[in-house]
Amino acid sequence: MKYTEDHEWIQLAKDGDSDIATIGVSAHAAEQLGDVVYVELPEVGAEFDKGDDAAVVESVKAASEIYAPLGGGITAVNEAWEDAPETVNAAPETDGWFFKMKITDSGELDGMMDADAYKTFLDSDD
Amino acid sequence: MNECQMNSQKTKHTQLYDLHVARGAKMVPFAGYAMPVQYPMGVMKEHLHCRAAAGLFDVSHMGQAFIISDDGTFETAAAFLEKLVPCDVKSLEPGQQRYTQFLNEDGGILDDLMVSRLGLEGHQHWIYIVVNAGRKDADFAHINKHLPNGLKLKILDDMSLIALQGPKAADVLSQYIPEAATMAFMSSLDVPIGGIWCHISRSGYTGEDGYEIAVKHGDVQAICETLLRHDEVELIGLGARDSLRLEAGLCLYGHDIDTTTSPVEAGLLWSIQKHRRTQGGFIGAARVQKDIAERPPRRRVGIQPDGRAPAREGTIIQNTDGKDIGVITSGGFGPSAEGPVAMGYVKRRYSRAGTDVNLLIRGKAKPAKVVKVPFVPNNFYRG
Repeated sequence: MKYTEDHEWIQLAKDGDSDIATIGVSAHAAEQLGDVVYVELPEVGAEFDKGDDAAVVESVKAASEIYAPLGGGITAVNEAWEDAPETVNAAPETDGWFFKMKITDSGELDGMMDADAYKTFLDSDD
Repeated sequence: MNECQMNSQKTKHTQLYDLHVARGAKMVPFAGYAMPVQYPMGVMKEHLHCRAAAGLFDVSHMGQAFIISDDGTFETAAAFLEKLVPCDVKSLEPGQQRYTQFLNEDGGILDDLMVSRLGLEGHQHWIYIVVNAGRKDADFAHINKHLPNGLKLKILDDMSLIALQGPKAADVLSQYIPEAATMAFMSSLDVPIGGIWCHISRSGYTGEDGYEIAVKHGDVQAICETLLRHDEVELIGLGARDSLRLEAGLCLYGHDIDTTTSPVEAGLLWSIQKHRRTQGGFIGAARVQKDIAERPPRRRVGIQPDGRAPAREGTIIQNTDGKDIGVITSGGFGPSAEGPVAMGYVKRRYSRAGTDVNLLIRGKAKPAKVVKVPFVPNNFYRG
């Protein structure tokens, strides 16, 4: 699992020749968001460049953007959100994934933080 | 809560700051104060707890003051205040409270406030007001500017203010003050809680039954700790305070009302008693009378978005033909309404409950309906 400075996580898997990344928000981000009440997901097939707004997560307090941490096309979105947006809070780094994308350049993952580096990042952020 | 972004040179603390921190509050800057936005329970559970049992709020950042006449009469003080507010002050009985607004010359709202006449023997000529935190300095300057000789504004910067709200509030408070159980809505009492003198009014900002309690700074922590010993009572932060008042259809100053809105547009005509509408005699009266005669071009309404996406403040409201007809002034998720809730201003002909409208959320038109507020039934004590 890799993490971004925007508190998103990326889990990479191979699907034949393709690199498929599953994307969600970190447990830290889920806690900061507070109670999630709505998630707006991208359309399957939508293409994003790294850093584009790809989804929106709404908590009781406010709306926050979810960025595409890598460039690529959306292959799946988490249908569970429709009925259970609170899954973001309950299981942010497992069942609480947002979308999967077929990534264009797996090199974009280079230099992203692993779990330990992300923990250090969080500690230094406080 | 855009006040969160307001810059202040030095963030002030209420007397309860240490208590908030000790109980795990997330503190945020609000109107110049460090205030608890939520506790470990979280906004959603805090909100639901307040509707089911009782919530305790620190609202000590709000402004409190007395207006007192040197001649020792209530009438002189009331006659003065009636020049600044459209509500009937003169007819207040001892221990009675009303909701009103300060208006500017154009009839725009400078602030909204509670005004009451003390019921305490020997002090029944004193007028007590509670104003918004972010407006208190401007409000007190406004009062002082108009204050004639022979009247005093006494700012109560030695007093804290807390609110105990929810269906169990009366059960809890009446264990200390039996009279609290049967106090009328919008009435007040000056009595001790466990030996500590308090000014208690049966009012609030949640749509629930409950009390607002003014107490000396040195005593507020003891009162809170006493109340928090009850299992029914939990601390509630600003986050849930906002969702509770929004579901209750209550205005937040600086969002739903401000100097660009008049009381009639804002749907607050109920707070202006009939003889004051006709006789005027307060700053901004001409606008109120014009709005009544001609009906204002826009009205504050409740907006119920279809689906689950909340519509936040600033969201454009369109008619079903895609023409802009208004804007959302408060919006979010209503934990008790179990869905998104909002309010905003629309052109008058779209203000009827049941009107279909669209909300431009992130560039997409999403269907919504104009609805009556509150979104959840008020639960005030009616005796």
